[in-house]
Amino acid sequence: MSFPWAKPYEPQHPLMKWMDEKLPIPRLVYNATGPGYPVPRNLNYFWNFGVLAGAALMIQIITGIILAMHYAANVGVAFNSVEHIMRDVNAGWFIRYAHMNGASMFFIVVYLHIFRGLYYGSYKAPREMVWLLGVVIFLLMMATAFMGYVLPWGQMSFWGAQVITGFFSAIPIVGEPVRQWLLGGFVPDNATLNRFFSLHYLLPFVILGVIILHIWALHIPGSNNPTGIEVKDEQDTVPFHPYYTAKDGFGLGIFLLVFVALTFFSPNMLGHADNYIPANSLSTPAHIVPEWYFLPFYAILKAFTFNFLWIDAKLWGVIAMFASIALLFFLPWLDSSPIKSSTYRPLYRWFFWVLVADVLLLGVCGMMPAEQPWVILSQLGSIYYFAHFLVILPIVSRIERPLPMPNSITEAVLAKHAPDAASVPAAA
Amino acid sequence: MVRPLGFLVGLGFITALVLAIFTTPLKNEPNVAYSFVKEPRHLKLASDGLVPHWDKAQLQRGMQVYKEVCSACHSLNLVAFRNIQDLGYTEGQVKTFAKGFQVPSVNPDTGEVATRDGLASDHFPAPYANDVAARAANNNAIPPDLSLITKAREGGKDYIYSLLTGYQNPPANLPAELKPGTGLHYNPYFPNLNLAMAKPLNDGQVTYADGTKASVDQMAKDVTAFLVWTAEPKLVKRVQVGWAVFFFLLIFTVLAYLSYRNIWADKKH
Repeated sequence: MSFPWAKPYEPQHPLMKWMDEKLPIPRLVYNATGPGYPVPRNLNYFWNFGVLAGAALMIQIITGIILAMHYAANVGVAFNSVEHIMRDVNAGWFIRYAHMNGASMFFIVVYLHIFRGLYYGSYKAPREMVWLLGVVIFLLMMATAFMGYVLPWGQMSFWGAQVITGFFSAIPIVGEPVRQWLLGGFVPDNATLNRFFSLHYLLPFVILGVIILHIWALHIPGSNNPTGIEVKDEQDTVPFHPYYTAKDGFGLGIFLLVFVALTFFSPNMLGHADNYIPANSLSTPAHIVPEWYFLPFYAILKAFTFNFLWIDAKLWGVIAMFASIALLFFLPWLDSSPIKSSTYRPLYRWFFWVLVADVLLLGVCGMMPAEQPWVILSQLGSIYYFAHFLVILPIVSRIERPLPMPNSITEAVLAKHAPDAASVPAAA
Repeated sequence: MVRPLGFLVGLGFITALVLAIFTTPLKNEPNVAYSFVKEPRHLKLASDGLVPHWDKAQLQRGMQVYKEVCSACHSLNLVAFRNIQDLGYTEGQVKTFAKGFQVPSVNPDTGEVATRDGLASDHFPAPYANDVAARAANNNAIPPDLSLITKAREGGKDYIYSLLTGYQNPPANLPAELKPGTGLHYNPYFPNLNLAMAKPLNDGQVTYADGTKASVDQMAKDVTAFLVWTAEPKLVKRVQVGWAVFFFLLIFTVLAYLSYRNIWADKKH
């Protein structure tokens, strides 16, 4: 579906006409990301991150396929095969560092994309399905990134696999058998490495499939925008191409500049020194820490230190960690306010920024050893995280009085550009 | 329905966390060792920063220190003799250098285990046949492979340099339980304070061909510089390529910005 004023696809060249009759891919592209897709005219730079996430996935898939040509998923040789890529394969160091830092860049843009959605209410009707599919993509990304980190078979790979699969052993009765089933043994070993490699290669294509659904679901109501007001008529929109292709091109340039700086100038900044030590099941690293993009959830896991009711602390932590992501599936119904954009939500806006600070705090706590004051900070941070989504948000959306809103996107845009009466010189 | 249920779930988590707060002691158990561990000292090398180069004379000296001192116990598995052309040696010099090593082989006539002269394509041979032999000879501690050591330790090259120069007598106020046991040596840069490796470098231990005075500090700097190279032989090339890519993308980004402004010029947004 699209808006009635969407420009129809009219192929001129005989070849394109022939193609349109046989397999209308040009028509699909034209209507999805070309002049045939009207988009709100007022999108700000935060709307770049969806395209950037797509670009990051493509970079990961391309570099990953090349790495797989040289990597060997066997515990005896995996570590050295990565070093072979770094030393002997032509430009292998570049491909490997790009893939390693590409994962971080992917998570950076996806986190910004998620928080953009939270701020501007992009998860609300009529875009609930877009949000739900987005959470599915996020979960798949986490699984993929975790398994990818295991592949170099360094110390952190091994012990990360040990700790993360250990979560399942917290489940009563079936936990330990489930863990052994996932690992293919009692500890991470060759069976684990092989299946993780297989799944690490598979899941990105599953992500690609869900992204297609994500975009499909988005194209039915069309993009949200910073006012949160739905498109009313043609002057509220511009065609995606050339307006947003140009803007996304600029955004892509900035993204790549940051990516390049990280990859070429400080490629190990976000990694752990321990992962340059080959995996050793007899030597536990002093601090087992996940990659930075998992740290807030790791902090939530570690925050539960008390056996409450009949559930022990470890199981509480595991349940809470999964719940902290799973609750995002319910967000469209937890927030009952009809107002989307935080621009017009004076109360929610404050809590949004507290949530941002809270997630950053949890990230720091996740990185720190289990010592005070980090334990109590992660406990307080986790309290706010759950309170924000499950207690505060439903109440705020009920009691909040929204600010006056413009009638349309165009009205909001024109008001922004109208000369401010106070600042106009008297002579003008 | 979602909201009341969510509210109850939220209360459950919050209660568990509040109870956790009240049952977790606010004081950390004191760790005396912490106060004796020192932060590594910074080592400035030519390969640092955004315009790095290899100081080949230093790398050659560093390799000499590795060969004459470290290689008695530490392997360098990931480095091949052919790689040391990066250090400024000619192909002929590499072949001669490789020939000076005996590498494991099999007798081509009998199939028995044997050794032969090293070739440029061989890697540096390891000092011990296996981990058991390494343990047996080193007070039950396996000397780690040094190929990646500057990337495989917190603090990187600074840590390696500090460790090599950091051997000293334990301070008088060191608690008895932290004093080095038999076969252990005190070094405040080592996270556990005491390590199995004895002080490896002493003044004048090697004789540099270029006449550089072989002080402990100089040898430590040189061998650390060498180990930065072994950990990432493509480091300098990486940064150089990085600048080319960066400027290329900068031009792309400027053009993309201008075309964005141009296309949007007539559209208020």
